[in-house]
Amino acid sequence: MSTTLTDTPTIAPLQIGEHTLHSRLVVGTGKYDSYETMQQALACSECDVVTVAVRRERLMDDQGRSLLDFLDLDRYTILPNTAGCFDAADAVRVARLGRDLLEQLGNPGASWVKLEVLGDRTTLLPDPVGTLEACRELVADGMTVLCYASDDPIMAVRLRDAGAASVMPAGSPIGSGRGIANPEAIVIIRDLLKDPAHGGDPDFPLIVDAGVGAPSDVTLAMELGVDGVLLNTGIASAADPIAMATAMRAACHAGYLGFRSGRIEKKLYATASSPWTGRITPH
Amino acid sequence: MRDVIRIVINGQPATAEDNISVQTLVDDLARPKGPCAVERNGQLVPWTERSTTAVQDGDQIEVVTLVGGG
Repeated sequence: MSTTLTDTPTIAPLQIGEHTLHSRLVVGTGKYDSYETMQQALACSECDVVTVAVRRERLMDDQGRSLLDFLDLDRYTILPNTAGCFDAADAVRVARLGRDLLEQLGNPGASWVKLEVLGDRTTLLPDPVGTLEACRELVADGMTVLCYASDDPIMAVRLRDAGAASVMPAGSPIGSGRGIANPEAIVIIRDLLKDPAHGGDPDFPLIVDAGVGAPSDVTLAMELGVDGVLLNTGIASAADPIAMATAMRAACHAGYLGFRSGRIEKKLYATASSPWTGRITPH
Repeated sequence: MRDVIRIVINGQPATAEDNISVQTLVDDLARPKGPCAVERNGQLVPWTERSTTAVQDGDQIEVVTLVGGG
């Protein structure tokens, strides 16, 4: 579709279950040096969904500040995760605790969860069997389940068939900063989940989750045709998280528009951009 | 005087008055302000049912909140 000079291409909202996202970036709240930095980075990313974790309360006299003091709950939809869970039962427990917390806050994030069932502490790669089991149980419990997954296309289909509202393959291991390690796998997942020729639904949300280190990683993911990117460490652990958040936002925008703009095919040889005719140097 | 029961809160041994509610237990904890969620013996006690759920001797209580995460 072409645009006129007066049309500025925009990013369409992304629908995940009952949630409408106006940004294609979902940003984590962990690992920042300070809550103030986190607050500014989130603002610069222009995300409207942020992920959080559920952990034991600190039971001590503590005048310390809490994460929630720095999150505008009217602005952000909270996406609670089940990070740190290594079996389905624990992930289901944590998901329900997160829902209970967000119900008290009146935040719309109470209805959904970022499901992580991890295989081990070294790789932090998902346990596909446990993830599938927990997904089924949480869907049956009425939750909107966004599944952190590996980049296995068949597993992605199995999770969708189990009722996942979104499948979120890792670009590379969590926090590794290696970007999109296997772009072809992401493209196959995209085709299987979103292409009607493969039984997919163009509106099924596919999000790359984890591994992003640089803005170009976000752009590449979006250029592959995924619907969004979820990241945390790439911003929080950057030397300047606020500038990096700004860059990630721009990268997401670029990749989104790039995928929809119909890139040229790659060729082995050059094709001149200036005309051959009319040259004054005819050699 | 009410009997004292022995419970475990977030992995730490503790005592409480017999038959107090989960809500009272949570209210009496020294913890940062803000919402929490509570499990009793591995089962969520929905926040709407804390006042009507009694803490029993030997209970394993988990009190959790939201923290930064990815």
